[in-house]
Amino acid sequence: MARREVVLETRNLSMHFGGVRAVDNVDFELREKELRCLIGPNGAGKSTFFKCLTGQLTPTSGDVVIRDIPMTGREPHAIAGLGVGIKTQVPNLFDGLSAYENLWLSARRWHGDKRASQLVKETIERLELGEICSATVGSLAHGQRQMVELGMVVAAEPWLVLLDEPAAGMTDEETYKTAELVREINKTSALIVVEHDMNFIRAISDIVTLFHQGSIFMEDTMDVISADPRAREIYLGHKS
Amino acid sequence: MRLYGTFSGTLVVAGLAIIFTLLAPSIFEFFTIITLTQVIGLSILALSLALVWGFGGILCFGQSAFFGIGAYAYSVAAVNIGGSTGAIFIAILAAAIFAAILGYFVFYGKVSDVYLAVITLTVSLILYSLMRRTSGPEYKIGKALLGGFNGTGSPPLNVPGNGSAMLFPMQTFYVSMAVLITAYVFTGWLVTTKFGRVCVSIRENDVRTELLGYDTRLYKLGLFSISAGIAGLGGVFFCVGVTRVTPDVFSLGQSALAIIWVIVGGRMTLIGPILATFVLYFLTSSLGSQQVFNANLVLGIILVIFVLLVPNGVVPTIAGWFERRRTKRYIRQKERRMKLRKHRATG
Ligand SMILES: Nc1ncnc2c1ncn2[C@@H]1O[C@H](COP(=O)(O)OP(=O)(O)O)[C@@H](O)[C@H]1O
Ligand SMILES: [Mg+2]
Repeated sequence: MARREVVLETRNLSMHFGGVRAVDNVDFELREKELRCLIGPNGAGKSTFFKCLTGQLTPTSGDVVIRDIPMTGREPHAIAGLGVGIKTQVPNLFDGLSAYENLWLSARRWHGDKRASQLVKETIERLELGEICSATVGSLAHGQRQMVELGMVVAAEPWLVLLDEPAAGMTDEETYKTAELVREINKTSALIVVEHDMNFIRAISDIVTLFHQGSIFMEDTMDVISADPRAREIYLGHKS
Repeated sequence: MRLYGTFSGTLVVAGLAIIFTLLAPSIFEFFTIITLTQVIGLSILALSLALVWGFGGILCFGQSAFFGIGAYAYSVAAVNIGGSTGAIFIAILAAAIFAAILGYFVFYGKVSDVYLAVITLTVSLILYSLMRRTSGPEYKIGKALLGGFNGTGSPPLNVPGNGSAMLFPMQTFYVSMAVLITAYVFTGWLVTTKFGRVCVSIRENDVRTELLGYDTRLYKLGLFSISAGIAGLGGVFFCVGVTRVTPDVFSLGQSALAIIWVIVGGRMTLIGPILATFVLYFLTSSLGSQQVFNANLVLGIILVIFVLLVPNGVVPTIAGWFERRRTKRYIRQKERRMKLRKHRATG
């Protein structure tokens, strides 16, 4: 089978905060329709790496290339403007607006009024947001807010999706739903998902990238990683 | 709370304003009608600040800079052209273009929001001291003398295409009201468009808006320029009403007044700041004509009261009352129905 095309690539990517090497010389590749999980203990540099991809941080050195276009240090809107859907680790919503309006703003970036409304309607059905769609997002429970954020990603129909801890703070049921959704998104898009929850990762992922102290420690299936004693110590050791 | 009202609501208010316009001559004395034109100009300034600050979240403390630029541009252009119609458009453009250039450096230079307030105010104060220094005969643009702290004369409005056919005060009042209503309907429409909603979303969370793929700087720049153009339009009618423009349009007091009108009227609405301008203008001018209270002191007290007790402003607070009453009534009805059902079930 011919290998799929690389859609996102970093070369020697580094991000230093003073003396802290939050991301250190990372070479990373993501292929078309691939679903990749990033794992690692707290402070491993996952979110910093993620923010270099989304343009929220300008890397100290190295390159970010998306679909052969050099995007290093470009603004987030330029990166999202390529058709990249983004969900950050900290909840990032329009708290004063309704869930419907949140979704609409996402869909409307890409489509005319009519198509955007239709996409919002579809997203509301797909994510079962019907009950909360007219509520002000600021008044929703944490898990529901996470769901709305996922909805915003879905409603834009991106070809590449970047999610930083989508299941954090969710109930088991919501986590399950999110895993389902991630797999479904993966039918049409490539994804990078930063996650902690082991069951979640097992449920969705094929290849996992393990971050440790700003570098990629290992890249393999979850089974191999959890069988590796050093990887277990890095990841599971810190976790318990 | 609704963050942007409906456009039909805007049209209803516009309808009421038209009725007010038609009734005004039979309610007010002739002298008041003449004064109204300059108040209308000020209320357009308040409207422009409500747009950029209330809806866009950009606190432009020196909004009166654009107001003053509009007033000066109109006066100079009208004197040189010998007619008012083209001069009005020149005034709008001058204010909008000035804002676009200033905004480019501010927004693309990633200056934080607090500094934007300071920068715009500073620009206004720089213009104030510059214009005060233009008293010599060498400071003239074409036929118009800038006149230093005495300012320069602002020609009255005339029939479009006929520079010598001046409008009567009553006609000028009608034209000003028509312009105010048009500006109000335009902004009311603008905030319901995609552009307007994206601006609201930037106010709510600019990082998120950016991550959705919207170029937030461009939207901010657009909103900033549009609102400056509206402020410039306000400057036109203000100076036409006063019949001259002095550097005072750039003063700290003028900038502060605009902020007060918007806070008192309610910065999440467009009509609130307009109404507050009218009410506070006539309140302070009636206080000014007696000697008991200092008008500025009263204005200051009103501001403090509003910031502490009615932080959302008058119009949103009243709208909130109605909203709550409606909800209460709805709940009462529902309870009554439930009781009835229970009654039937048990009885
Ligand atoms: N803005 C910042 N300034 C300074 N240090 C930072 C900043 N952001 C992250 N760091 C540091 O970089 C390291 C990686 O953090 P982060 O990327 O958030 O880790 P993770 O997401 O894997 O938990 C941590 O040591 C953190 O303290
Ligand atoms: Mg993180």
